[in-house]
Amino acid sequence: MEFGPHLLLATLEGLVQASVLTLTALGLSLVFGVMRVVNVAHGEFYMLGAVLAWFVTSMIGGSAAIGFMAALIIAPLLVGLLAALADWLVLRRIDYDPERTIVATIGLLYIIQQVTLMTYGPDAHPVAPPFNTRLALPWFEFTDGGLSMYWPWGLSTTSYKLFVIAAAIVTLLALWMLMAKSKLGLILRATQLDGETAQAFGIPVEKVYALVFGMGAALAALGAVLVVPIQQAHYLMGDDPLLLSFIVVIIGGLGSLRGTVVAAILIGMSDGIISVFFTPTLAKILATLLVAMVLVYRPNGLFGAKPA
Amino acid sequence: MKSKTLLSAAPTRRNVLTGLAAAGAATALPNFARYAHAGSDAPIKIGFQVHRTGIGAAYGRWYERTTNAAAKVINDAGGINGRPIGIVAEDDGTDPKRGAEVLEKFANQHGCDIAYGTLFSHVVIGSAPRAAELKLPYFVVSEGHHVASGMLNRYTLQPGITDVKSQVQAMAPFVADNLGKKVTMIYPDFAFGHNHRDFFSEAIAAQGGEVIAKLAIPPTETSFTKYFPQIPRETEVIYHVMVGPSVLTFVKELGEFFGPSHPEIFGFIDSLEAVDFASPGLEFLEGTHFWEGMPRYAQSNQTDADKFYRAAIGIDDKGASLDDPKDVSTYAHMFGCWETLYTIKDGMEASGYKGPADRQSLIEAVEAITDMPEGREHPQGAKLFNGKTHQVFGPQYISKVEGGKLVVQHTTSIEDGLYPDEVDYTAQSF
Repeated sequence: MEFGPHLLLATLEGLVQASVLTLTALGLSLVFGVMRVVNVAHGEFYMLGAVLAWFVTSMIGGSAAIGFMAALIIAPLLVGLLAALADWLVLRRIDYDPERTIVATIGLLYIIQQVTLMTYGPDAHPVAPPFNTRLALPWFEFTDGGLSMYWPWGLSTTSYKLFVIAAAIVTLLALWMLMAKSKLGLILRATQLDGETAQAFGIPVEKVYALVFGMGAALAALGAVLVVPIQQAHYLMGDDPLLLSFIVVIIGGLGSLRGTVVAAILIGMSDGIISVFFTPTLAKILATLLVAMVLVYRPNGLFGAKPA
Repeated sequence: MKSKTLLSAAPTRRNVLTGLAAAGAATALPNFARYAHAGSDAPIKIGFQVHRTGIGAAYGRWYERTTNAAAKVINDAGGINGRPIGIVAEDDGTDPKRGAEVLEKFANQHGCDIAYGTLFSHVVIGSAPRAAELKLPYFVVSEGHHVASGMLNRYTLQPGITDVKSQVQAMAPFVADNLGKKVTMIYPDFAFGHNHRDFFSEAIAAQGGEVIAKLAIPPTETSFTKYFPQIPRETEVIYHVMVGPSVLTFVKELGEFFGPSHPEIFGFIDSLEAVDFASPGLEFLEGTHFWEGMPRYAQSNQTDADKFYRAAIGIDDKGASLDDPKDVSTYAHMFGCWETLYTIKDGMEASGYKGPADRQSLIEAVEAITDMPEGREHPQGAKLFNGKTHQVFGPQYISKVEGGKLVVQHTTSIEDGLYPDEVDYTAQSF
């Protein structure tokens, strides 16, 4: 494939990956920002979103579009509720102590993964996309007759992949509105700034924590529901997103939503483009190297706040 | 003050639960434990290393169903040397390290007579050295060339399924004559895929063809479009073989990449094992060709043995489970389990196998086997076993997708897949 079409294809693939990664990493970043805890089970909430999407679509049956729309609402909601419950039953009782939370969420990771293995099984299952038209893309070249258009072999995307990108942008805007403009956003930001003072002002911090933990998990689940018609639901699919989300959150700055979005696009796009032109392994090597460099030279991330 | 003994007058909830768990564990001991010191009618224990979880899980499930079905048929017919066979299944997680541990459990904990059943080549390669150390006969059902290449040892045998080198050598003339000579290969990046890469490149060169690009994909990959731009424009044939949980995604994205105008496509059915051909997005496969170890769809000239075999496992004419038509089997591979168990039976009967002391004579007896006629014991077709290389040779099937079904176009002969010996295991000491 020639360079131009090749680059366009790489960019499109990278954008799809960046969209899903942005949602997943935002969930992780939100939880860290407000609660100051690291959720190692985040990838499993992502996986649960995909698996629940499969359950919902296969139970509803009928048209793929209806099943998918239902999954888009039900799966993140259920995963969010489950995460809030886990927060209430486990994290609250260990006082959100950072080290103990890590151990507790590792335990949660194994429980979710193994229960999924025991119920859903070890096989990958597909979810039908609501719509999926192949869109061949044209390219331009200079010939003797001037500029002409042609259709390179393999240069294409699907309508569903474009939908994933659009859906991610809409979710991002909604989340930004929620954080910046609503009363709930104000409460979240107050808790993030200083939990104890917030409590003194009558904010039910424990409930806010449960809500945030649930929201973070629901964001991961939403990303997974969006990706599952492209990939498939599998009980081990949470490992990669967890690693990539950590990379994104470290580069962007823990707790900085703006930094998370920028870093997710950076990592998602570079992963797409580097894997297309070179190898996927090189993309992972470079991303991890970037993490190391950020930790050395900007320990708070590209957009992280300086420690007080 | 409350004493902390298990016999306290008022048991707490916790110690009751502990006690219940212990009692549960005791009753859950395998039935074979009862035969531990029994006489000659105790079961022959076959340790079954099965990929219940990990990337081989779809194969593992069907290997297990086939194994249990074959064991039942053998036992209903009187077992081996008058003793029933008992299958001791252990999950290896499709992981080489766990694979070696599982062999140890078979030998030391379960007291198995032999070990059997592994598919994925990296698990075989990781486990086989341990089998030799434990002096445990290890019958693999793996397709890899590692047995016949001489890489393993005298305790490891592959009498139920042909190896990749033989398969691609038998296929290559069909590809070169009917589909094209400039081939791009897409294969998983581990031992099994490397076998395909090396031996198909050789085999197509011998037919005057050439492999113009090689795309190695990690077996745990979940998204594939990014690899496809490496396919050169002048490609005449795409040769694909993929494994792992994302095979359906792989084939779907291949179709989306090419759209309406794709080159000829020749796939190993591995890329679609356990996947329904009616899945959305696979329509473009119509008219493409596949290698099949054994035809998934019952053909017009179906043999009595194939009918019997399908019925014994519970599979319909489309290769799916009778209970659930969406539960598609790994039909092209799992016959290897059935046939291997029958070869074990033949070997044990020929050597008068009684117990672990006879393990070496069992291996010698299997090494002495040559012809395996087609029939209920070998439903995939007649085979020829090479005792020196511990590898079996048999027919291969090339099928074309017609009306959403695989229809056999060409069956290769045993001779098409033969190649010179690379090792003589019989010359190695036990």
